[in-house]
Amino acid sequence: MTSDPLVIAGRTFQSRLIVGTGKYPSHPVMADAHRAAGADMVTVAVRRVNLHDRSAESLLHYIDPDRIFILPNTAGCYTADEAIRAARLGREVGLSNWVKLEVIGDERTLYPDNVALLEATRVLVAEGFVVLPYTNDDPVICRKLEEAGAAAVMPLGAPIGSGLGIQNQNNIRIIREQARVPVIVDAGVGTASDAAIAMELGADAVLMNTAIALAQDPVAMATAMRLAVEAGRLAYRAGRIARRAYASASSPAEGLLSPAAPLDTVVRAGS
Amino acid sequence: MKIRVNGDPVELPAELSILQLLERLHIDPRLVAVEHNLSIIKRARYDSTLIGDGDQIEIVNFVGGG
Repeated sequence: MTSDPLVIAGRTFQSRLIVGTGKYPSHPVMADAHRAAGADMVTVAVRRVNLHDRSAESLLHYIDPDRIFILPNTAGCYTADEAIRAARLGREVGLSNWVKLEVIGDERTLYPDNVALLEATRVLVAEGFVVLPYTNDDPVICRKLEEAGAAAVMPLGAPIGSGLGIQNQNNIRIIREQARVPVIVDAGVGTASDAAIAMELGADAVLMNTAIALAQDPVAMATAMRLAVEAGRLAYRAGRIARRAYASASSPAEGLLSPAAPLDTVVRAGS
Repeated sequence: MKIRVNGDPVELPAELSILQLLERLHIDPRLVAVEHNLSIIKRARYDSTLIGDGDQIEIVNFVGGG
């Protein structure tokens, strides 16, 4: 049990690393990666059952619902109506009333349509959902989403799957400073240091999928990410030093030896 | 009768319930959510909700995603 748990909408999580379930080489590798990551919340997508190929095992057989909280997303939705419909269907599968709300505004960047996102947030909050909206690293939209009742705000670090890391560190810091709900950096993490940076900026958690699933060794990367999130969180709480333009010596100025005589003088004295 | 399930036409011999349709398709009702003519149907009502000619059914489940 950690002494520094993540609390969202009154629910406690031991891990500050939230992981996706997409793009893994296989379901068993996904399960191993989730274990290595120490994740206790994972995201899933809501899609039509494939009626033509019933051979694939259910994803849920590889996620233990007693140990891992399942968060349905509304990935692939481009309008508020589509996202609201997906959220309602996700809730109806029956595991919870939580939703990672995505309303996409652009196919290439997968950046959110924040106007539609805000509208969908209001509707779903009114219907009793716990809404975690994926949005930009924009302090204004984060404030509006919080005011609309979002249980957390999830600013992106960089485009989904891009691996570019935290593109606007200052904005993430500002978002954390003003938010009164958890801030979860979601999207764009590429490697461990990106996750550590997000946590050092004050993020309450990091959500990632591609960085682990498409790493050459997903299980090793999942371990790295777990450690990075822990390290970043500890560093944040430890209170880092200020940045300075110039040096500040670590060794004392007192007790220095006086300047030595020229070397050849010393040799002549001893010979 | 003819209905649409997940966008595909399906022929059925007679009216049946959502539960019967799921059984016919070998789908575990506990792992899915179902829309009948754009209305989400609660699991407790799968047994009592009848599907008729021309109806549109969407059956969704959780898959991998970020």
